[in-house]
Amino acid sequence: MAGVADPLLVVEHLTMRFGGLAAVHDVSFTARRGAITALIGPNGAGKTTVFNCITGFYHPTEGRIALIHGGNEMWDELEPLTRRGQRSTRLGGGALFLLERMPDYLIARQAKIARTFQNIRLFAGMTVLENLLIAQHNRLMAASGFTLLGLLGIGGYAASERAAIDKARRWLDIIGLTERADDPAGELPYGAQRRLEIARAMCTDPVLLCLDEPAAGLNPRESAELKDMILSIRDHFATSVLLIEHDMSVVMEISDHIIVLDYGVKIADGTPDEIRKDAKVIAAYLGVADEEVEAVAAEVGL
Amino acid sequence: MEAPAARYDLVRAAKDASLTAVLAFFLLLPLIGFKTVQNIRNELALETRWSLLFAFVALAASGRLFYSLIVAPWRARRAAQARPPHEGLVRLRVVFARWFVPFAIGFVLVFPALSIWLAGFQGSIKWIDNFGIQILIYVMLGFGLNIVVGLAGLLDLGYVAFYAVGAYAYALLAKTFGFSFFMLLPLAGCLAAFWGILLGFPVLRLRGDYLAIVTLAFGEIVRLVLINWVDLTNGYAGISGIPRPAFFGIPFNADDDGFAATFGLEYSPLYRTIFLYYLILGLALLTAFVTVRLRRLPIGRAWEALREDEIACRALGINTTHTKLTAFAMGAMFGGFAGSFFAARQGFISPESFTFLESATILAIVVLGGMGSQIGVAVAAIVMIGGTEMLRDLDILKEVFGAEFDPTQYRMLLFGFAMVAIMVWRPRGLIAMREPSVFLKERKAITGDLLKEGHG
Repeated sequence: MAGVADPLLVVEHLTMRFGGLAAVHDVSFTARRGAITALIGPNGAGKTTVFNCITGFYHPTEGRIALIHGGNEMWDELEPLTRRGQRSTRLGGGALFLLERMPDYLIARQAKIARTFQNIRLFAGMTVLENLLIAQHNRLMAASGFTLLGLLGIGGYAASERAAIDKARRWLDIIGLTERADDPAGELPYGAQRRLEIARAMCTDPVLLCLDEPAAGLNPRESAELKDMILSIRDHFATSVLLIEHDMSVVMEISDHIIVLDYGVKIADGTPDEIRKDAKVIAAYLGVADEEVEAVAAEVGL
Repeated sequence: MEAPAARYDLVRAAKDASLTAVLAFFLLLPLIGFKTVQNIRNELALETRWSLLFAFVALAASGRLFYSLIVAPWRARRAAQARPPHEGLVRLRVVFARWFVPFAIGFVLVFPALSIWLAGFQGSIKWIDNFGIQILIYVMLGFGLNIVVGLAGLLDLGYVAFYAVGAYAYALLAKTFGFSFFMLLPLAGCLAAFWGILLGFPVLRLRGDYLAIVTLAFGEIVRLVLINWVDLTNGYAGISGIPRPAFFGIPFNADDDGFAATFGLEYSPLYRTIFLYYLILGLALLTAFVTVRLRRLPIGRAWEALREDEIACRALGINTTHTKLTAFAMGAMFGGFAGSFFAARQGFISPESFTFLESATILAIVVLGGMGSQIGVAVAAIVMIGGTEMLRDLDILKEVFGAEFDPTQYRMLLFGFAMVAIMVWRPRGLIAMREPSVFLKERKAITGDLLKEGHG
């Protein structure tokens, strides 16, 4: 909104309390359309909690999370929609969603936010291809006449399934798993499982892809491949990316914008270059108190 | 080199056997060593049976000795020279996998003719009724529960409730309004599905053990309602005189307009039995066919995905509430079909047919068969139900154990043995393979180790 060009997702005053503990406290940030936004911070900073709030797995204690499809004029609807108490509004070709009011599966289905998980959540006992088809469930479900027509063999279900398989095949080519399409997902090596989880999320045609530590456990070559993949998702698929990552080489190289959290509070927000020089960020990562920051910064040569 | 090792083995085996003997002695002492009898003054007296006890202890010890001296080394040798399976064996397995289902369907189709040929006109009734129909009812129930437990991974211990709903729906509606069987069959299925959804709603947020307990309670509630709502269900006494299904409007009786007279045959109860056999066979095949198709539709894939990982499902935009409810409703519907067939076949139903034991039996069939596998469920139903029926006939055991011996009394014991044995050798059930619902180049079965059981 104000000050940021082309916002896609706007998080305002997000607070999430578990009992007396505020895992996230008054965090506001914006993710831009067509950009890669990274969310970083030391362990326990509340990054995954923010993700869970955005994707509807948690319902935030306070705050507003809004996402638009279509042109920026949809943002004009934000205040009226908030006052009306509804979940979403559609105008012309665009739509505006208030995510904190929506259940998780509707956020994926209507607001088109897809996510991956820190500990990979594939359907291990199903094949790679089946994993990619389940991601296209809602379209296929409608094509099968909500099972009834498909059961009787009426209607164009076969054609839609072929289209879904073609789409899955395109993604298999991108992630280099075409040869293993008929193997169970649980038998893939770790790096391939990570790629498959991203491909599965992309098969839902998201406008925003949330990746929770996609480089965790990858070797340097795999993480270089991952970087290329995320960049190509941004450039070729009209999907913006929101990313949690600990691997700084990945974050600094591909992010357009970085938000830093520490103890559930946002401490910095800017381009990779700005973040690299930010004294508070360095202090948070090195684990020193605020008043010692300058001394430490001088010591490490900043 | 050989001798010390062998002596060591012998010592160890002897130790093992004596430990087994001691264990067996204490375990069997109260079970076999003592017997309560009523003496002449009508008092309860204790009798000891030392010889029998020691016979059992000796049996256990020698069995253990035999295992550790002969079976265990043989198995170790075999494991050491683990060679690839014989080529012919592999080919045999492929042929078996290809032809088993067509052969099995062919066999059940000709089964009545086969049993008439082998057992004669009168003798075949027992085979078709007690074995054929009885097993097929359980095959169908197994297929139905397989959708809920095997595919969607929701542990349902109260499945018999839907069976009861179907049976009572048919019995009451047929007696009160005189509707025909084929009209009431879909209606009973819909009613059962409705109850499935009704049960589904409150328990959807429960998972695993909690879900199992609540479904168990639901099964009991339905049974208790059937017992206590005497005005409607006639309580314990049950409902008798339920109309039997007719062959396109022609009843199976000895009248002039009955089946036998119409077709110029001599009256025999066999015709009805054969008709019922093909009826339940058709229903079971329908269930299997529908399940196979459902598995290849998005809904079936969503059920299996739900079993694998519910959270991932939600992140992909799948409404898990609806998905679970459809699984419950679909499973319940087939239970309702089976129930109304049961009522029509028996002509009499009472709450005693719908106890927890029935739920447990159906669940055991699904688990033993291999969760999600249709062929496995069918085989398990044949083994469990057919085996129980066989026990009724094993008069030969009476000659071994004496005339007082009633083989059916040992049915639960054998159930237990079968369970333990299968869970030791095939912990994932008889058929622990999953067929992928779709493939790009080649359909490869997925081993059961990768599959999840679901969390409820």
